[in-house]
Amino acid sequence: MIPHQQLFTLTIYSEHCVGLLNQVSIIFTRRCLNIEDVSASRTSIKGIHRLTITVWSDRDTMDKVVKQIEKRIDVLRAFLYTDDDIIYQEIALYKVDTAKLMKEQYLESLIRHHGARILDITPDFTVLEKAGQPWETEALLEELEPFGLRQFVRSGRVCVTKSSQEPLNIYLQEQELRHQALEMRQSTTENND
Amino acid sequence: MPETITGAEALLKSLVEEGVDLVFGYPGGQILPVYDKLYDYRSSIRHILVRHEQGAIHAAQGFARVTNRPGVVIVTSGPGAANLITGLSDAQMDSTPLVVISGQVGANFLGSDAFQETDVVGITQPITKWALQVRRAVDIPAAVARAFYIASSGRPGPVVLDIARDAQVGEIEWTAYKKLNFIRSYNPRPTVAPADIVKAAGIINAASRPLILAGHGVTISGAETQLAALAEKAGIPVASSLLGLSAMPSGHPMFKGMLGMHGNIGPNYLTNSADVIIAIGLRFDDRITGDTARYAPQAKIIHIDIDSSEFNRNVRVHSAIHGDARDVLMQLIPLIEPASHEGWAAEFDRLNSIEDEKVITPELSHGGPLTMGEVVDCVSRSAADGAILVTDVGQNQMMSARYFRFACPRSIVTSGGLGTMGFGLPASIGAKMGAPDRTVCFFSGDGGFQMTIEELGTIMQYGTPVKMIILNNNFLGNVRQWQELFYGSRFSQTPMVNPDFCMIARAYGIKAEAVADRSGLASAVERMLAHDGPYLLDVSVASEGMVFPMIPAGRCVTDIMLSRTEMFDPGQSHD
Ligand SMILES: Cc1cc2nc3c(=O)[nH]c(=O)nc-3n(C[C@H](O)[C@H](O)[C@H](O)COP(=O)(O)OP(=O)(O)OC[C@H]3O[C@@H](n4cnc5c(N)ncnc54)[C@H](O)[C@@H]3O)c2cc1C
Ligand SMILES: Cc1ncc(C[n+]2csc(CCOP(=O)(O)OP(=O)(O)O)c2C)c(N)n1
Repeated sequence: MIPHQQLFTLTIYSEHCVGLLNQVSIIFTRRCLNIEDVSASRTSIKGIHRLTITVWSDRDTMDKVVKQIEKRIDVLRAFLYTDDDIIYQEIALYKVDTAKLMKEQYLESLIRHHGARILDITPDFTVLEKAGQPWETEALLEELEPFGLRQFVRSGRVCVTKSSQEPLNIYLQEQELRHQALEMRQSTTENND
Repeated sequence: MPETITGAEALLKSLVEEGVDLVFGYPGGQILPVYDKLYDYRSSIRHILVRHEQGAIHAAQGFARVTNRPGVVIVTSGPGAANLITGLSDAQMDSTPLVVISGQVGANFLGSDAFQETDVVGITQPITKWALQVRRAVDIPAAVARAFYIASSGRPGPVVLDIARDAQVGEIEWTAYKKLNFIRSYNPRPTVAPADIVKAAGIINAASRPLILAGHGVTISGAETQLAALAEKAGIPVASSLLGLSAMPSGHPMFKGMLGMHGNIGPNYLTNSADVIIAIGLRFDDRITGDTARYAPQAKIIHIDIDSSEFNRNVRVHSAIHGDARDVLMQLIPLIEPASHEGWAAEFDRLNSIEDEKVITPELSHGGPLTMGEVVDCVSRSAADGAILVTDVGQNQMMSARYFRFACPRSIVTSGGLGTMGFGLPASIGAKMGAPDRTVCFFSGDGGFQMTIEELGTIMQYGTPVKMIILNNNFLGNVRQWQELFYGSRFSQTPMVNPDFCMIARAYGIKAEAVADRSGLASAVERMLAHDGPYLLDVSVASEGMVFPMIPAGRCVTDIMLSRTEMFDPGQSHD
């Protein structure tokens, strides 16, 4: 029986250090899991970075993957979400032929209808930008195809949780307390020496 | 006034600060600045020059396993570092603390395919606990402190410091060295949750057929006393994994033997009768569980482990206690009610006596050629109490684990998870250097011995008094056994034509004797043990010997082969 497959979003909080992405990606490689998309960025907390990774898999496998990722020394925490837990977006860029685009009489309504915006126009090409769900950026892609689509790119998913805080804050507070307790224990043993 | 020193010297000073007085290594171009400084530090750091870098890392593993301290390895870049891969992977599998230092090309050559450049961090990240490249001298002390802290805390493991040449020759103002005891992203000593302890105690107090599975984690955490206390207080039989051997003396009345494919019948068979299983620092390897779908179906499993990623990884557990084994047991024991499960414990002895009759007695009193079991038994009886067993991999490993008797903790050094042939010889050197007062008996096959045979040179150079016993069957015996049982006796590429091992040993100035038959065995073993120095015995054993009992891979723990033709039948329980 193949366990239920679904799309998971993982957010991984880590120190900002060389080779972190490799440390994480080898865990997927070992289990032959295909990463759908990945993005890296800073967080609201100074010095802490995060990766956002989406992957199709089953719950049991992903629980194990999360634990193995958290085991890496430089990783602070990893969280596993399904789409219900998060607010997420992607951004897409489209480069199309300016001359062809200008001939389109409904250009303005097309852009408005899709909630896209124009980033750049040259006599040669125009760059449109749209943020949204994959099926939304995909829909605009189809409509733009007749205008001589020259380039297309979609970012990986970015997301925030539906909870009110950066989920890492509690963890960081706990670590601070752990640190203080260690320091205290050390200074008392030193005084006893 | 802080003194200005080179990065190479800072590295050695940092090692001294971490209490290192012994390192294993091999020099080369990109680590020369360190070797040059080592010349000045030779009175505080003893360097063992091995004959191959693989030898250095296995020796460091042997050292770490008997001392509970990180083994330290120093090698050059490129080929030197690449030769460590097997040992790193082995140490990672068997939770062995190592700090490995490799030279690297200069920082501005990195990525250019410079001479002897290899991507050490990239290659080793998947098989180490942590790996870091150091490019500046000023970063060396902190990197070393971090390396030792990570290697030796929590679930121990190997770490790599890849030190670029610039960092070795660059200068640094030496200030007081600071050991590390905190990394915010890493908590190696989790606080045990009292609720977990209470829950587990409830399960244990209600058990009528409890069984303790003692793993390597008992040894790592030094929980041997607590293990015995729990077993004695609640009358719980104890079985161990291969790596958990010697956590309880072989002769302890509650110790019922080894688990797994070639383990003892009592603990394997009764795993599936137990109503509560308490696994302590053991990761339910497939060599232990066999078919997990039919593993311990009646038991509530309590799993004590310092690595929470082990919970529910291979088998489902009912109660997971995250923490150091010793911490957990110290909190658990007061809540355990005294009990005895005499009938249940006696059942182990009854099944083990069937093994005695059907497997062990025939192995030990055989009319034909010498058997591996006999040789191990003879050495074990003659060796002083507290002897350390080092093994290679294969039949020799299983037979020595089965027939050697352990008197005190940290008495077995063997490659468990990776099963690295060639591990034993260098590991025995490291074990002897780590425990110079204990006898080190190293058993090997004729195949594995030749995988790191060059380390006889190291034994010669340092006069390391290890006792080496080759159980020579002129076959890759373990593979031969599988071919006989599962591949219709088609012995593809397993017969071996061997050299005269004694002549080789003598060429290295090592005393050696060949033992061809039973009559010469006991006296040769006496001479070997009495000799003040290294000694090799090349013992001819039955070429077609088999290791039994055997639970074939993927089968249920109750499907036990006693011989080529007989399956185990438990008979009537007297319970
Ligand atoms: C040819 C061959 C045959 C084999 N046959 C058998 C066999 O018949 N039986 C057998 O048992 N093995 C056998 N093995 C070995 C087997 O593959 C595994 O290596 C072994 O079972 C692992 O034992 P372990 O789980 O106790 O140790 P490890 O794999 O070292 O695991 C240790 C566990 O303890 C935990 N731990 C570490 N430190 C602490 C701490 N301070 N507190 C709490 N927990 C801690 C770790 O997180 C880990 O989960 C064989 C190997 C070979 C090569
Ligand atoms: C490096 C390595 N290569 C191959 C194997 C597979 N293997 C496991 S046991 C074994 C045979 C070992 O033969 P020998 O060293 O003569 O020991 P014996 O089993 O006869 O005691 C082999 C080839 C291994 N474990 N390690």
